[in-house]
Parts: sequence; structure tokens; C-alpha cells
Amino acid sequence: MDAIILQILNGLDKGGAYALIALGLTLIFGTLGVVNFAHGALFMLGAFVAVSVREVLTISTKVKDESVTFFEAFKEIPYLELWLGDTGRAIIDWSVPISILIAIPIMLVIGLVMERGLIRHFYRRAHADQILVTFGLAIVIQEIIKAIYGANPIPQPAPEMFEGTANIGALLGLGDNIVYPKWRLVYLGFAAIIIAAVFAFLQFTTFGMVVRAGMADRQTVQLLGINITKRFSIVFGLAAVVAGLAGLMYTPILSPNYHMGMDFLVLSFVVVVVGGMGSLPGAVAAGFLLGILQSFASMNEIKQIIPGIDQVIIYLVAMIVLLVRPRGLMGRKGVMED
Amino acid sequence: MTDKTQGVSRRTVLKGTAASAAAIAVPSFYIPTASAAGSFRNDPKASGKCVLGFNVPQSGAYADEGADELRAFKLAVKHLNGEGDGGMMNTMKPMNLKGNGILGMKVEYVTGDTQTKSDAARASAKRMIEKDGVIMFSGGSSSGVAIAVQALAEEMGTIFMAGLTHSNDTTGKDRRRHGFRHMFNCHQSALALRPVLDNAYGKDRQVYHLTADYSWGWSQQDSIEKGMAAESNWQTVANVKTPVGAGDFSQYITPILNSGADTLVLNHYGGDMVNSLTQAIQFGLKDKQVNGKDFQIIVPLFSRLMAKGAGDNMKGILGSTNWNWKLTDEGSKAFVKSFGQEYGFPPSQAAHTCYVQTMLYADAVERAGTFDPQAVIAALEDHEFDGMGNGASLYRKADHQVMKNGLVVRGNMNPTSDFDRLEVLDVVSREKLTYDPNEGPFAGGAQWS
Repeated sequence: MDAIILQILNGLDKGGAYALIALGLTLIFGTLGVVNFAHGALFMLGAFVAVSVREVLTISTKVKDESVTFFEAFKEIPYLELWLGDTGRAIIDWSVPISILIAIPIMLVIGLVMERGLIRHFYRRAHADQILVTFGLAIVIQEIIKAIYGANPIPQPAPEMFEGTANIGALLGLGDNIVYPKWRLVYLGFAAIIIAAVFAFLQFTTFGMVVRAGMADRQTVQLLGINITKRFSIVFGLAAVVAGLAGLMYTPILSPNYHMGMDFLVLSFVVVVVGGMGSLPGAVAAGFLLGILQSFASMNEIKQIIPGIDQVIIYLVAMIVLLVRPRGLMGRKGVMED
Repeated sequence: MTDKTQGVSRRTVLKGTAASAAAIAVPSFYIPTASAAGSFRNDPKASGKCVLGFNVPQSGAYADEGADELRAFKLAVKHLNGEGDGGMMNTMKPMNLKGNGILGMKVEYVTGDTQTKSDAARASAKRMIEKDGVIMFSGGSSSGVAIAVQALAEEMGTIFMAGLTHSNDTTGKDRRRHGFRHMFNCHQSALALRPVLDNAYGKDRQVYHLTADYSWGWSQQDSIEKGMAAESNWQTVANVKTPVGAGDFSQYITPILNSGADTLVLNHYGGDMVNSLTQAIQFGLKDKQVNGKDFQIIVPLFSRLMAKGAGDNMKGILGSTNWNWKLTDEGSKAFVKSFGQEYGFPPSQAAHTCYVQTMLYADAVERAGTFDPQAVIAALEDHEFDGMGNGASLYRKADHQVMKNGLVVRGNMNPTSDFDRLEVLDVVSREKLTYDPNEGPFAGGAQWS
């Protein structure tokens, strides 16, 4: 029972990241009709906003490292620590949450530039062209990040108060065996808040209403004199922000490297297909569902019966869903069924 | 009708043409590697260029090691060409290098990216041999890659001086006559670690292995399991194979919490080890008590670069390493000084083994008096050397594996800097790490006389 609860938590955690990326992918596909293979790169760029903010906060002065005697070596002490003492240390400690404030405008601008500068030229082109150009864009972004930050993972610590584990079992009255890292719980809560915020934005604002109407029938909305293109561009920006924040908050869980976006992108596309192309609730539900399935498939008991199942479970489920229900779990009839 | 007076019939001409065409079309790797005819592939004396190939991972989970390997290779070339302070050329014994390149020819190099993938590494090595004309190639960081390119080296008749590769198979069942390894292996790690682990953590432990799912991971898991089972009675609770580059290991770590295991062995390396160790500690494993014992995490193969990546999570964790920059022998000091002056930080074990391999190859060529791979192989076999950081060492003929000292290290509890993350607990002697090249995990390998 303990193992099952822990794997559900793992699945929800990973599923949270899948759902956030898939949500953006679905928004872009639903509004602009674009299959955006550069969306994983946006997830990665968000993570590197956190890396950059930490690098800025830890700009340091060099002090000779006396422990190294064979050559001149230096260790670094951040100016923030020198100038502000404990306050400076606290600011550095909270660098990941602080990065959110910086990431929102940056990711919005990146999203808008990407859409206006490149992707809008491919609206009327075949999906294959869109995939090629966005995939190419993703590789370009990856290589730029690799050139600047190198190929190695760059660890980002969570704030000290979120280090260690929370005793979930005791909270739920299930004993002391169910412990879970605090930051992963924070990430789960964060994913839930972002998903709720996106749905609330689309459901309860005039802007969201127009976007939903545009997703349902673009031509009719344009005939009513509404500039749907402008709104869809903003939606692209919002999707970039969601992906960026998902990547940023994931950095204490997985040390960011230039390739992390591609790792998540493939799985997130499967999530979108399983959930149903263009279905926002489908993307979220499939994200969590596939995250949980992947976690369960990694259990020793399952792997002993079917070795390697953890590596293929998501694709197996996708194959079955596409065979049995081509439109996906919650996709609209007629969308991507042919 | 055939005109016999001409001496050559139309049929003969056709046959000759076909034979000539076939001879031209034969891929160059079918050219015999033996130098009985006095010629061999990419002879620098014939081409006028002495080119070495450095094939390292510049992307993927082991990119950090690859970058450091490349630094060491470049430094070695510099020293061979008589530039810089000479590094280990000042301490190497015997020493036949003159600081004027190799056999008087200035050394050049080309680099490649293995991407930590066997197919990419083979393609890159093949390009180096066929297009760039390298006389020797080196590099590593993944045993899967090393084994793959070593097989290619054998096919092409080009010497491969392996860089960082730790799997038993590299000089065990997959050894090749054209492949040479200076780095120690999983079996030697287990030999070095067993008494230390026994002493630190006691007997009768329940062990959970997380194992990188490729040659090196399997090899290390097997060596540690067998090494600790016999005399220390460490029992394996589970051995879970994880994909290389998995990133998030949470789904593999959570089952450990309630598995009854009191010890976790992380058979991971590079970025994977940084992630899995960090996540294991995030899940509170280090703070647990199981079976009345403190839960312990062991990382059998450590490197300074991994220690830097894992930061404070490394504190107190035991492992082994091929070499460490804090060693105080003359060879290590000369290399660290030279590398530190060049790059501003100390070298990793990957850098060390690659530098030494380049020097050993160059020295062997000088001793052989020719670049001919067959003569160089003979010069390397059963070669005794010293002054390279691991004490008196032997390049064993039977398996092309260096027999030398190894190190047991521990994550420093009070590091003064990121360079200071590891402390050397013990230098295990060459005698204790010597084994039969054809027994146990090393059985079934190629034999040569």
C-alpha cells in the first residue's frame, strides 16, 4: 500500500510536468492549428531562466583558495553575501522561486517573438512543414543554450526550508513509511495552481471566452469583427509562460541541461495525442494518467513480469488509445481521426 | 576466335579488368593489418603528418568527463611537441620522449563527439581513421562506447588507447589486440572497496542496486555484489536497471524506501550519478534507519567532476577512483601543476588516464622506432613504467590492462572548495588489485601470443 501511494505521488509529480507542457501544446494547436515541436525548448528555456537568475545572484569576488597548493586556485564568494550577510544568503537560497518573477515577462516575450517572427509564416502550411520548422527551431535553441551554458547539468537547489522530506503517512494516518520530498509536493501544488489558473482564465474572462470561441469556430469570430489573430498570438505567449514556469520549478528535481526539453517534449506529445488533440481537459487528464502509469510500470514487481515495460508503457497506451479511440480520450469527434 | 598470337585474349582482358576493379573496390579495412609487407594504414612517415584522434563525449550524460579528457589530450600534445613545462615527461620512467613530437614529427590532432552513443562513436572514429588519417585514437567515458570503438580499431588495424572505461568487459570478454586500457576496472574497484566497506558498514547488509542499463553498469553491479557477498554476507534485495540519461530517478528510488534494504549501491556515473544521488538524498534515504542500521549509500566509481556536481550530497559517501589530483607523488604533482596552470582547476581521473595513455603510446612508438601498430603493440605489452601517478605499473600482455595502484575515496565532510569534495582514504596496492586475466568476469576474452 505504501509503495502504491508513493508511486501515485511520483506519477502525479511527473504527470504535472507533462500536463503543463501538454496544456501549452494543446492551446497552440487548438488556437493556431500549429504542431509546435519547439515547445519542449520553451520548457528548457524556463529552466535556464532559473539558472541565469542564480548566476546573477551569485556574481562573486575571487578569493585565493589556500587549500590548493600546486597552482593558483580561487574560490568565489558572492557579493550578495558580502554586502547583505544573511539577507543576501536568503535571497540566493530562494533563487528558484524568485526566478518566477523574471521568467514570466521573459517567456512571454520569447513566445510572442517566436510566434510573430517565425511560426505565423507557417499557419497555412502542411503540418509536416510546421513540425520541421519548429523542430529545427528547437535544435537551434538547444545549441545556443549548449554554447552558452555547456552540455552538463547545472544543479539548482530548492530553498532550504523545502529540502528533505515530508511525512505524508503521518499526515494521512497511514504510519511513518510514506515520506516524500517537500519540493516535489511544492511542484505538484504549483502544477495544480497553474492548470487551475489557465482554465479559470479561459473560462471566466472575456479574453478567454473569445479564445474558446475562436478555437471552436475561427471564421465566425472573425466575421464578428474580432481580431482573433492578435489574441491567438497572446495565447502562444501564455503557453510559452506555462511551459517556462513548468521547467523553472522543475530545476531542483532535475538538474537542467540543454537537452531536457526534448526529453519531455516527446512524452508530452504522446500525452496530447492520448488526451485528444485540441482538448485542454484531455491534455491534463492524460498527463497525470500517463505519469502515474509510467511510475507503476517502474515497480520491480511489474518489471519482473514484463522487463523493460517502464520504457515503453506510455507508447503502448498511446497505440491502444489510437487504435480503439483515434480522437483520444477526450478529443472532439472529427479532430485528427483520419 | 581467340588470337593466340597477341598473348592476351579478350576474355583475359575482361577477367583482368574485373579483378582490378574488384581490388580497387575492396574497402580499405580489408587491407591486412599485419605489416609483413612493411606498410600499414595512415603511416605518418608516408603522409608527412602525425595525427592523433581524440574521440570523446561532448554531449550526453558524460559530457563533463569528455570535456576534461579533451583538455588533457590537448595538454599531452603540447608537451609532446616540446611546449609548456613538460608535465609528466619530467617524471615518467622509462622515458624516451624528446619533446620534439613523436619520432621527430610534430603531433597534430583531430577531435570527435561520441555523443555517449556507440554508433555515433564508431562513425566518428571511422571518419578519423579513414578521412583524417589518424595513427592512433583515444577517448572514452562510456564502456559501451569503448567496447564498440575497440572492435572497430581491431577491424581497421589502428591502435585504440582507451580513456575512461571501467567495465570488466573492455579488457575481459570484449578485449581486442589493438585496444589498451590504463583505467582500472569494476573488479578492481570491488577488490579495493571490500575491506573498507566491511570495516565501515559491517557484515550482513541488505543491498539494493540501481544499475545503469549497459555493459559498465552490469559489470559493476556484478563485481560489487560478488565481492561483498562471499566474506561480508551482503545480500542483494533487488537489482533494478535504469536507462542511461533517465534524469528523474524518483520512480526507481521510491520502492527502496520500504524494500527492507539498508544499503543502496548506485551503479551510475556522470550526470546520472549526480541526479540519482541527489534524488536519493531528497527522498531521505541517508537519514533512514533500517534493520537497526543507518542506511548507507555507496557510489563504487567516483570522480572529482561528479563530486562537484553532487555537491554536499557527496559528504561521507564511499567509493573508488582511478586517480585523484591530491596524490603527492612526483608524477601527480607535475601533471596537476601543468594542468592547473593551463586551465585554472585540477584535472579529473578521466583527464589523467587520457593524458597518461597519450604519453604511453608516444613513448612506445619511440621505443619501437616506428609507427607500425604491430611494433607499437609489442612495445606496450608487458611494459613496466612509473612516475605516472599510480606507482609502479605494468601494461599486461595477456589482456592489455594496466596493473597499478587504485584509490578508495570518501566524500569530504568539510570541503574547502568544489575541488576538495573527495578525500583519499586508502591507496590500494597493485598486488592486491592483480587478478587472473582469464578467470571469473574476465573469462572468454581473445587470446594472443
